[in-house]
Amino acid sequence: MSKLVLSGVSHHFGSTAAVDDLSLALAPGEFVSLLGPSGCGKTTTLRMIAGLLHPTRGTITMDGEVISAPGSSRPPEKRNMSMIFQSYAIWPNMTVAENVGFGLEIRRLARADIRAKVDKILDVVQMRHLSARYPAELSGGQQQRVALARAIVVQPAVLLLDEPLSNLDANLREEMRYEIRRLHDEFHITTVYVTHDQAEAMVTSDRIAVMNLGRIEQVDEPRTLYARPRTRFVAGFIGRTNFLDGEVRGDDVVFDHVTIPRARFAEAGELQGLVSFSLRPQSIHLHRVQVDQRPPAVPASACVVAGRVVQRAYLGEHWDYAVRPIGSELQLRVTARPHEVFEVNEAVWLELDPGQLAHIRDKLAHP
Amino acid sequence: MRWRHLDRSLILWLLVAAVLLVLVVNPIARLLWVSLQSPSGGLTLDNYVRAFSRWRYVEALINSLTLGLSVGALCTLFGVPMAWAVSRTDMPGKTLVWIAVLGTFIVPNYLSAVAWILLAGPNAGWLNRAWTSLTGAEAGPFNIYSMSGLVLVVAASSFPYMFVFTRSALDLISSEMEDAATTLGAGVWRTTWRVTLPLTLPAIMGAFIVAFLEAIAIFGAPALIALPGRFQVMTTTLWQFFEFPPKVEVAAAYAMPLLAVTVLLFWLQQRIIARKGYIALTGKGGERRMVRLGRWRWAVLGYCLFVTALSFFLPMVVVLQAAFAKAWGRGFSLDNLTLHNLRFVVIDQPLTRAATLHTFVYGGTAAVIALALALAIAYIVRRQLVPYARVLSYVAMAPFVIPGIVLAIGFYASYTAKPLVLYGTAWILILAFATRFLPIAYANSDAALRSINPEMEDAVRILGGGRLLALRKVVGPLLKRGLAGAFILVFIPATRELSSAIFLYTAGTQVLAVLLFDKSDEGNFEYLSAIGLILVLGTVALVLAGFRLVGRDFMLRRTAS
Repeated sequence: MSKLVLSGVSHHFGSTAAVDDLSLALAPGEFVSLLGPSGCGKTTTLRMIAGLLHPTRGTITMDGEVISAPGSSRPPEKRNMSMIFQSYAIWPNMTVAENVGFGLEIRRLARADIRAKVDKILDVVQMRHLSARYPAELSGGQQQRVALARAIVVQPAVLLLDEPLSNLDANLREEMRYEIRRLHDEFHITTVYVTHDQAEAMVTSDRIAVMNLGRIEQVDEPRTLYARPRTRFVAGFIGRTNFLDGEVRGDDVVFDHVTIPRARFAEAGELQGLVSFSLRPQSIHLHRVQVDQRPPAVPASACVVAGRVVQRAYLGEHWDYAVRPIGSELQLRVTARPHEVFEVNEAVWLELDPGQLAHIRDKLAHP
Repeated sequence: MRWRHLDRSLILWLLVAAVLLVLVVNPIARLLWVSLQSPSGGLTLDNYVRAFSRWRYVEALINSLTLGLSVGALCTLFGVPMAWAVSRTDMPGKTLVWIAVLGTFIVPNYLSAVAWILLAGPNAGWLNRAWTSLTGAEAGPFNIYSMSGLVLVVAASSFPYMFVFTRSALDLISSEMEDAATTLGAGVWRTTWRVTLPLTLPAIMGAFIVAFLEAIAIFGAPALIALPGRFQVMTTTLWQFFEFPPKVEVAAAYAMPLLAVTVLLFWLQQRIIARKGYIALTGKGGERRMVRLGRWRWAVLGYCLFVTALSFFLPMVVVLQAAFAKAWGRGFSLDNLTLHNLRFVVIDQPLTRAATLHTFVYGGTAAVIALALALAIAYIVRRQLVPYARVLSYVAMAPFVIPGIVLAIGFYASYTAKPLVLYGTAWILILAFATRFLPIAYANSDAALRSINPEMEDAVRILGGGRLLALRKVVGPLLKRGLAGAFILVFIPATRELSSAIFLYTAGTQVLAVLLFDKSDEGNFEYLSAIGLILVLGTVALVLAGFRLVGRDFMLRRTAS
């Protein structure tokens, strides 16, 4: 059974829908991210799960019990959840230990138990030595750890995180991503994590729900999301990509100057009429044109197109090329390893694997 | 229905809203109602006819307008050059000037009037005596019991508004803005005329309006100066309507234009300031260079000292002298010194002793009430806890545009008859003070609340605590410092309030301000000065406590939204 289910949830501010008919189910112990640009409704969704906002339509159930519905919602304090806020919301008038112990106090644990639990969790987040400090005396990263400890120590049914790393500097942010995942692997708390940073979501999550304009565009494991984006938005938001538009004619898919048999595509069965694909820059390989002008030897499944380098940039870890297939208006972005050096205007062969072309379901690009 | 969303604290919120409506709306509604009532209980415009058909009532109205306009003009003359000198020039002695301006804020206007009677009373006043001894003339030229005397006293105690407004506007204009004009070929005068002045003008106009409104609503100084000088202004006329038998309904009618003008002008002031709001946006930051005055800097300092001598130094000197003198006319000699006056006021005389106690107890209680109410309202508005919460913030700020004297008449009309008779008790004074200074408490509470991230409370709730627990454990402790400042800012004016107290006190509930005014008939200026000195010392103690608790700038932090 699912731990937490959102079904058809909407939230309207006045007449505009911040969240629009959103459905999502989390398995017990699952870590799901809500990923999207600012204003996509991800924080609104999180606050509805917390009970800090009420849905104007739809229901949220936890362990099979309705906890939010229009007109009757369980207040936040009765949900046995905990939340980590963007501002951390560490209470400045309490010490680290008092902050962490607060939730246990409310749960009326014995004083000795509270101490033991607080000490233990502070050990886990490596903050035990600072337990008598006040928040003003802590760095941003340390405050973050206090917030984590405070949220986890009560062993909530659901843990909610609202862009918890956005106020940290880049290095610390990277460290804390792994920390959050580590804590999840240790405590297995069902978690909803809101972020606009795809790397954060990919490091921490079992599944990612990509949101746009108040709706979920796609929910999948990070690898699937990256390799097989289903919408133009998802393909563009998670990493960089190329879009290829074509048309199905009989058993072939016809692109600008290239024709590929339909059977070679991963989603061959569903291709019909005008079609669009997303192709990652890493999925294209460049080959030098030999003196005899013969195409390079490639696996049978791949196809080869002649092109010319239009632009290039060296970024240290890789080359970034813009390549135009001969006779096409299209510019493809290609990522190559540092030793694969091509000059601007050099003729090259592009090798691409149709199996890696991800079918984009929304047809917005076609008139 | 949405009832299940709402926690039990809702009842508390609704109760708070109800208290606010009773405190603020009831007196004003009652005032309007009374002004339209005939003795038999029907509706009538008779009261208005009676209030405005006699020439001396109309003349008082004209006098008030004259007073307001003259005070506004004189404040501009006093305050603007000083603000410019302090903000934009290399004049020496800026700290001294600033302290003197702060000191001016601390002297209540009625004490300033007492001081000026000592300074420029016909014949016996210090300045007149100095004049006669210098020139050998028969009589001195100064007579404080005149319209020009009143204008001087009121302007001297109101010009700090002009100074503060203008100075903060000037502080926001960076030299770069002036440089931009200079590089385009404008000279110093053209730059001042076309750039600096227009950017400051809204602030000056705003301060002019505030000074005007202050002058027409003020009671203490006119009562001490205009009445012996045999002329009337609106506020003294209102007071005379209360001589036995009190004609509340005529007073209510007569108060209406005062209320209307005040509301209208404050609205205008907000418009002026809002329209020129770009100053604060674009003028931020940027380096400011001081204008080099050269030899003129001593002349400019001289002017600043002249103005502050009128507003602060001279009055304080004569008040101190009189408070510690056996007879103030005998001057500054050692054998004229005595502690008898202070002792008499604070210890020996039961009446003044009680009044001293009342002053601080009523003021403190009023401050607590105003603050608790303001905080609750600000919280309700910020968190949208009841429908139409926004309206409550306007109601809480409304007393800002109600002259104290009008509010007092409203309180009188509301609470002298059933169902709620407060007249004769201390509560009518306390509640009137609390209502009158509610806007100060509200603006401060709101600012303090705004600085607390709502996520602090959300964090309590998600961990299982209710809203009231969040208030007690988190919001309350975090607000402490901000509220200490707000408490003092309400406490100070509440201890000195005269214009509403004068209508609401009874035999057992005098406060020092009322006593000072009452005793002014007897001409015992030594006692008056002693009473005034106690008020000033109380204020100074509170201000210092504020500095200690909250920081040097706490008096300036209240920025009404």
